[in-house]
Amino acid sequence: MKMTELPRWATGFVLPILNLVSALLVAALVIHLLGESPTESLAILIDSAVLNPEGLAYTLFYASTFIFTGLSVSIAMKAGLFNIGSEGQLYIGGLGLTMVMLAFDQTLPALLLIPLAMIGAAVFGAGWAFLPGYLQAKRGSHVVVTTIMFNFIAASLMNFIIVKYLIPEGQQNPASRVFSSAGEMPRLGEWFPVLGDTPLNVSFIIAIVALAIYGVMVWRSSWGYQLRATGLNQNAAHYAGVSISRMIIVAMLISGALAGLGAVNSIMGSTHYLSLNFPAGAGFVGIAIALMGRQHPVGIFLSSVLFGALIQGGFDLSLEKPNIPQETFIFIQGLIILFCGAMENLYGPAILKMINMTRTTAPVKG
Amino acid sequence: MFEDFHLASIVVSTIRNAPVLIFAAMAGLFAERSGVIDLALEGKMLASAFVSAAVAYTTQNAWYGVAAGVFVSAALALLQGYVSITQKGNQLVGGIAINIAMSGLTFVMAQFFYQQGGRTPDLGEARLFDIVLPGTAALADVPFLGWFYGHVIGGHSALVYLAFALIPLVHWVIYHSRFGLRLRACGENPHAADAAGVSVERTRYMAMLVCGVLCSFSGAYLAIVQSGFFLRDMSAGAGYLALTALVFGNWRPMYTALGCIMFGFFSAVQIQIEGVDLPGIGRIPGSLIQMIPYVVTVIVLAGLMAKSVAPKAIGKPFVKSR
Repeated sequence: MKMTELPRWATGFVLPILNLVSALLVAALVIHLLGESPTESLAILIDSAVLNPEGLAYTLFYASTFIFTGLSVSIAMKAGLFNIGSEGQLYIGGLGLTMVMLAFDQTLPALLLIPLAMIGAAVFGAGWAFLPGYLQAKRGSHVVVTTIMFNFIAASLMNFIIVKYLIPEGQQNPASRVFSSAGEMPRLGEWFPVLGDTPLNVSFIIAIVALAIYGVMVWRSSWGYQLRATGLNQNAAHYAGVSISRMIIVAMLISGALAGLGAVNSIMGSTHYLSLNFPAGAGFVGIAIALMGRQHPVGIFLSSVLFGALIQGGFDLSLEKPNIPQETFIFIQGLIILFCGAMENLYGPAILKMINMTRTTAPVKG
Repeated sequence: MFEDFHLASIVVSTIRNAPVLIFAAMAGLFAERSGVIDLALEGKMLASAFVSAAVAYTTQNAWYGVAAGVFVSAALALLQGYVSITQKGNQLVGGIAINIAMSGLTFVMAQFFYQQGGRTPDLGEARLFDIVLPGTAALADVPFLGWFYGHVIGGHSALVYLAFALIPLVHWVIYHSRFGLRLRACGENPHAADAAGVSVERTRYMAMLVCGVLCSFSGAYLAIVQSGFFLRDMSAGAGYLALTALVFGNWRPMYTALGCIMFGFFSAVQIQIEGVDLPGIGRIPGSLIQMIPYVVTVIVLAGLMAKSVAPKAIGKPFVKSR
């Protein structure tokens, strides 16, 4: 029997790896053209982002935000929605968090303040995703276009709010005031001294828990079944009794809330104030992570760590090799999205051919 | 407050802002009318802006720069075509990938060649200069007419005229030429087009090629005409704004161009109005005016003002039925 479809180990494991390697090979070519050695650069990158414990802590710190944005894009994707708006939802989530902080950080203890700020971030993120979800569900306006619009609206709105209302008097820097220490996420370095004075904090553990909840909810609950059914075939899901428009709105709300939660790590884990353009593209990295990790919890985790390592290692690399600035990794990120997302089946036919060849030569059983 | 001077400069800068959007929107129109979603306008604009600025600086000839930009942008459009048409990949993802990759790569290249923080050197003499129509000097002293002839009709670079000439041309190609008919058929019902003997793949590739060429002018205009250098991420969302104009204009050339001119007008107003105290309202911050085009588009998308209907087969790879 000839196989016409690839087995799961091939689509879930071999194809993503091959695509990732292709993207990195193109990146290596560009680094070579820039007059630097790709292998040497890779060695520096691995050394500073993985082998060095402090570097690893930074890698995981960046990964914590990416897990949330990756989850945000993933859960929408599972419902068949392409949420490009995680960036804006993360940004507005930061506003929700900041408003809680500015109101309560002098009065509430950390144990109440931190959960409240997280709720603020999630609610604002979800709120920003509601309208695109509602318009998709009720008016059929494509969520891709509306979320792009909402990213731009969020950027202008935050610019306005930060500059007009949040800059403390007498300051020039476009950022809110620094929050009190009650609003700081506990750092993991306090319990594991080997991590040093790094911003890796409890958010990382919360992110892992979120991954587990996501996995159980999507694959082991009847709600998750409805969600995936909606994503695979709306007509069939509707026929089976799923309320499609409700599913779309709920999926977008959760997606926005997850993106908003990403702000907890970026703000409360490191800077402790809201600054202009703090997401710095983390929402778009979430798209790459969701595509590369195939919306699977383990995949999302591994790709988040990979992107965290690219950012941390890339920073050190840019200090040592001036020809490879940080922006090289924006380029590599684009390549990874291109190969793992848009051309995911580039090697599909070739692998299928190889499998069928080995099958015809080996004795067929059963 | 509203002296003639302000209004006059708003009119002139609207004319100068619009071409960036018109070129990109007309480019996107070809791609999307053929059934390929083009989210990568931004990336193509950036690539052609960098390459045209770099080549124009090196050769000290603006037109070589424009030509090089056409080449690069067309190559990117064909890559996009390969992803969306041949590989049948996700067109949205492919477009975003190209945008992100180009945002990084143009900076890296500019830094590598010129070491000015991702900027290319000033073009100086190699910029495209404004065309002064004959008789401008003679009419300059005539009230209104002198200004109108010298600054509204005349006094722009060749690319501005090209942009405005494109609008009726694209309208004619889309609605009155054989290619346009096939293009629309591929975007609305590719199976019918296929049954009628039209190669859907070839038509879509042709559309992408046209898209790439048109989009390059947008980038070249930014770099060679408007600023005189390439700057990191200088397109600043103009590619997405052009897409917005396309949605706003219901994928029709005339209405889309009208949307582009309207958005150009908003950004002209934004620059004029910033820091000006309006009677009764006070100061309107520029960041709020920046929002207007996006808010308007969301309202249009919501079907509250007019219904926007996308080409039916948009975003769907064509699989020939057997």
